[in-house]
Amino acid sequence: MAIAVRSGVSYITGGGLFLLLLLGVVVSATMGFMQIPAATVLQLIGHALSFSGKDAGFDPVVTAVVMDVRLPRILAAVLVGGMLALCGTVFQAILLNPLADPYTLGISSGAAFGASLVIVLQVVGLTLPSTFSVPIFAFAGSIGTLFTVLALASEDRRLSSTSLILSGVIVAAILSAAIGFLKFIADEQVGIIIFWLMGSLSGISRQNIVVLLPVAFIGMAVCLFYSRDLNIMATGERAAATLGVNTVRLRWILLITCSLMTALCVSVSGIIGFVGLIVPHLLRHLVGPDNRQLIILSTLGGGLLLLLADTVTRAVLPAEVPIGVLTALIGGPFFAYIFKKRQQENG
Amino acid sequence: MDRIASDILWQLEQVDFSYKDQPVLAGIDLTLSSGKCYGILGPNGSGKTTLLDLLCGLSAADKGEIRYRETLLERWQARELAKRVALVPQDFQVRFGFSVREVVEMGRHPHLGRFASLTEQGHALVDAVMEEMGVVGFAARSVTCLSGGEKQRVAVARALAQDPEVLLLDEATSNLDIYHSLSILALIRRRVVEQGLTVVAAIHDLNLAAYFCDELIFLKNGRIICQGPTDEVLRPDVIEEVYGVEAQVREDAFSACNQVSYRLPAA
Repeated sequence: MAIAVRSGVSYITGGGLFLLLLLGVVVSATMGFMQIPAATVLQLIGHALSFSGKDAGFDPVVTAVVMDVRLPRILAAVLVGGMLALCGTVFQAILLNPLADPYTLGISSGAAFGASLVIVLQVVGLTLPSTFSVPIFAFAGSIGTLFTVLALASEDRRLSSTSLILSGVIVAAILSAAIGFLKFIADEQVGIIIFWLMGSLSGISRQNIVVLLPVAFIGMAVCLFYSRDLNIMATGERAAATLGVNTVRLRWILLITCSLMTALCVSVSGIIGFVGLIVPHLLRHLVGPDNRQLIILSTLGGGLLLLLADTVTRAVLPAEVPIGVLTALIGGPFFAYIFKKRQQENG
Repeated sequence: MDRIASDILWQLEQVDFSYKDQPVLAGIDLTLSSGKCYGILGPNGSGKTTLLDLLCGLSAADKGEIRYRETLLERWQARELAKRVALVPQDFQVRFGFSVREVVEMGRHPHLGRFASLTEQGHALVDAVMEEMGVVGFAARSVTCLSGGEKQRVAVARALAQDPEVLLLDEATSNLDIYHSLSILALIRRRVVEQGLTVVAAIHDLNLAAYFCDELIFLKNGRIICQGPTDEVLRPDVIEEVYGVEAQVREDAFSACNQVSYRLPAA
């Protein structure tokens, strides 16, 4: 039976992605300005995981590079990539639109507006308290945008996907004009805004991981909890409702969960495109549309993809390229290729 | 809630429903009993789909009471009602390339716990309804790649996988050719006769209704004009009042049921 084959494929894919991810974490940690042997990296990780306080006699510089610089950034890449792909999967399923991504509701524009605002305020010379940092403003901007979009869309009691997407487009359009204005004011400092908008994981610290990790797990648990309901949404709102799925409540819960995850990702890493669009697509093509598996596989796949991209920009390229540019430059053509291939298959 | 050994399924009393201040249904009194095949007829916009939505709890009445098995509909949990009442929409669309079998299995959703997978009986039931609706041959194909007729068969199979006591058909065969309409309706009809399934079907085609339904309910402008056994109410005067066309109803030996022919009234 093809369905049995499909579920076999998803187990193999899941196992493969998981192993690749583990391998990727270790290999990536060896790479960089300073080459560190994989054995040392494994020993350091093992030492950290065993929680033994005593100094095992590692070179302090190597320890600092791996534990304080590389691993936080690597974990952040995995977590941010995983969450973006997870949210992309859920947004596509919930909006019944394979072109949706975590930014469809304008989350990225809100974050960009918040971040640009702080940067401009700093440029014009306002001394802001340290709480007015770029990540916090970015987060506030995306949450503000989310609720504006939801308020606009909820005029429609059924919270239909058309209303949501349209509201997102409207708010994003207004915000992008506002961002344009801020860039104009920023004058010569516009580079800082642009760099932030294109995404980067270079500013990651251990504290970021402490926030990202639990959010990723809780968000994934919520999405998995509703994964079968999400499948049923694919048959349309009316048909789903007659199967006992409360479609409006499901939309609210999952939109807010995923938007919070996305907002957090954007606030620590800037806007990284394409991961949330391309990973769910690719995996759906490979293992079928069942969200119960797709949610887990997308998370693994997104984590792996962003880890690869970040490792390339961090350790392979001569100068650090904004990671959002890299994901779009690699992801875009690849996406076009898949799209073309599918057109040919269906045509 | 246990299944009460009663013949009466729905009781509607003075039900009103409006959409954006436009009255859609007004003063609907209706009793629907089990084991019968009801046809809801009426011109476009007469409230057929709205009536079905009210029956399966997708919309709530503005005024009046709707009871299902003697319990007010708003007291029914959506999942509990979904174990008894299934709907087949007019144009069944599935996104994202779910396979036919996956879609039919979705019908088991209200019977399954949050993380439970299908039991052996569940699989057997899914197999049986797929066999019954003749969709086994393309079980692994994506629903998006099916023809209209095949898709509607899948929609019916999914609804039957709910193991419902009532099947609501919202113009379920309107977009299909004669062969596909008749064959799907004949399969459903067999369930009515053999297993006591109850069917409430919004139908456009009067001849199809004559072939398929035991009782007819005629709606016009949100009100019930006439209701009763098909042979008694499918009359020229009723058709003229409801649709505004002149009609002739005659017994037809070939199709073994009454058949209607119509023309526009002379101006």
